[in-house]
Amino acid sequence: MNADPVAGLTAFARSLRERGVAADASRVVAAAGALDHVDVLDRHQVYWTTRLTLCSEPDDLARFDAAFAEWFGDRPPSPAATESTVQIPGGAGTSGDGVAGRVERIGATALETLRTRDVAALTEAERAEVRRLIALLAPSVGTRRSMRRRPGGRAGVDPVRTMRTMLRAGGEPIVLARWRRREKPRRLVLLVDVSGSMAPYADWLLLFAHAAIRVRPFATEVFTVGTRLTRVTRALRLRDPDAALQAAAQTVPDWSGGTRLGESLQAFLDRWGQRGAARGAVVVIFSDGWERGGADLLGQQAARLRRLAHAVVWVNPHKGKEGFTPETAGMLAALPYVDALLAGHTVATLADLAAVMRTI
Amino acid sequence: MSYPEFGDIPALAAALDAAGYLPDEGVATAAYLAIRMRRPLLLEGDPGVGKTALAQALADVVGAELVRLSCYEGIDASQALYDWDFPRQLLHLRAAEGGGDERSVYDRRFLIARPILRALELSPAVLLVDEIDRADDEFEAFLLEVLADNAVTIPELGTIRPAEPPIVVLTSNRTRELHDALKRRCLYHWVNHPDLEREVEIIRRHEPEVADRLARQVAAGVAAMRAAGLVKPPGIAEAIDWATALRLLGATELSPPAVRATLGALLKYREDQVTAERDVLPGLLARLP
Repeated sequence: MNADPVAGLTAFARSLRERGVAADASRVVAAAGALDHVDVLDRHQVYWTTRLTLCSEPDDLARFDAAFAEWFGDRPPSPAATESTVQIPGGAGTSGDGVAGRVERIGATALETLRTRDVAALTEAERAEVRRLIALLAPSVGTRRSMRRRPGGRAGVDPVRTMRTMLRAGGEPIVLARWRRREKPRRLVLLVDVSGSMAPYADWLLLFAHAAIRVRPFATEVFTVGTRLTRVTRALRLRDPDAALQAAAQTVPDWSGGTRLGESLQAFLDRWGQRGAARGAVVVIFSDGWERGGADLLGQQAARLRRLAHAVVWVNPHKGKEGFTPETAGMLAALPYVDALLAGHTVATLADLAAVMRTI
Repeated sequence: MSYPEFGDIPALAAALDAAGYLPDEGVATAAYLAIRMRRPLLLEGDPGVGKTALAQALADVVGAELVRLSCYEGIDASQALYDWDFPRQLLHLRAAEGGGDERSVYDRRFLIARPILRALELSPAVLLVDEIDRADDEFEAFLLEVLADNAVTIPELGTIRPAEPPIVVLTSNRTRELHDALKRRCLYHWVNHPDLEREVEIIRRHEPEVADRLARQVAAGVAAMRAAGLVKPPGIAEAIDWATALRLLGATELSPPAVRATLGALLKYREDQVTAERDVLPGLLARLP
């Protein structure tokens, strides 16, 4: 820290925020307070103190280490970064194609045809309209029974409320209060393949994911898969779709790269799925099933996913095309474990997907 | 009464060490700041890396009682905070029929203190909110309120505010993401698996009868398993279990029959056992320390 530690800390926090760490003002205040308690000349103590106060999730740690190294001109004393955290590449990826300045209105019949047009081949004006249509889909999944109870129904006697009314009546049992179960939104997990072969669709599918997050921000998780697994839920929680896609693009290091679907799926299950993200959830995989690695691993992981999830939906943009047969090796390996195989290359088929998700 | 002060981080690390918990630099700093700043400490990490054990050691070190609140879906205030003892209230009401003051029903003796209230009343205490990710959003919001002012208001009794707020440790296995509002109030620490030397030391602490050589082999074996991409990589708890199982079978080193007989203490998935026997064990047994 230089002459003014608070100014230095604030600037450091700003560089953290640029890297995507949520080091907000209250955390900076906490960090400043924490530094009072330690030896600020000891680099290790400064490292741990700022990391403890400014980070808030495992994804932050690699970013923090990078910023710390840059800021203090030294390697951080961290023993080992957590496995499979994602490094941020230098430049932004291909983002959601700067929106057209003016929006051209499109008539009703045109809209109808637009609904069935392949989203990979659209003009600029049509794109803006399709964006609006996708946002309107408001995709969500159904509910599940929660362990929480609420008054009413006939599921069982609620002793607490019954006793309460008894107390009120001077100890006479007048009414038996009963309870019923509450319903809770089921978790939804979207895995979007952003490899080269899916490039024309990736933006649209992320837009669909954004629409899903808008409906249930805290029951929806979105990951991109390709050569690696990246969690983009946080980026997509931004309200504005363009800003959200932009933020997601900056988080994803492997846009239009190769596909290692099996390994990515394994990474998802190891790090998130098994612990709870996939348990009882509806998992939607958007991919054409082009697998560079062996298909065996993908088959195994799909089976594992099937055992954890409530339902697995596979969306393959090529399914909508004439003469489609699921013949990519990855697709064939995963097919036995998939509850529904859908198309999702047009707004209409995405609407079908939303309908399937609601009823599943 | 207040908590003992530790002059600096190494002093606390030594105290934790004496209490049977071997902290690395990060854990020691986290614990030190949690005590000094009275800020809740949120611990995340793979299952079995010793998150809960840290809370226990912390309680031992500051000489306070550990109050544990295990979270589960549907947990609510009456299970976490306090509840009225209705049957006793009713009996009291019947006994005092006619002559009693109705306020006497809401007396402290009819209040059942659940973990949070107990921690506040006991204070100094260490409150462990275990697996907070298993509770739901509503409970998180409620917990946030309690953590914010370190006090509990019971409408019929008044506010209970301890002179010394408890040290709060929250653990999460990341089955879901916690709200930022809660995280913002906490110190955040990601607990890693220990390095080889530390793990050997931990195994020896828990299983003093295990020979140094076997402890070393167990730690090396567990490290190899963790690197093998298993469904459930073994944690420290499993490593200790494995060492215990080997000791009970009278093994003095890792040999193929001993490993085969005890693998179930280490790996709990059939796929993992198959993978380990096929990919990990041959190489491991060939180059044991």
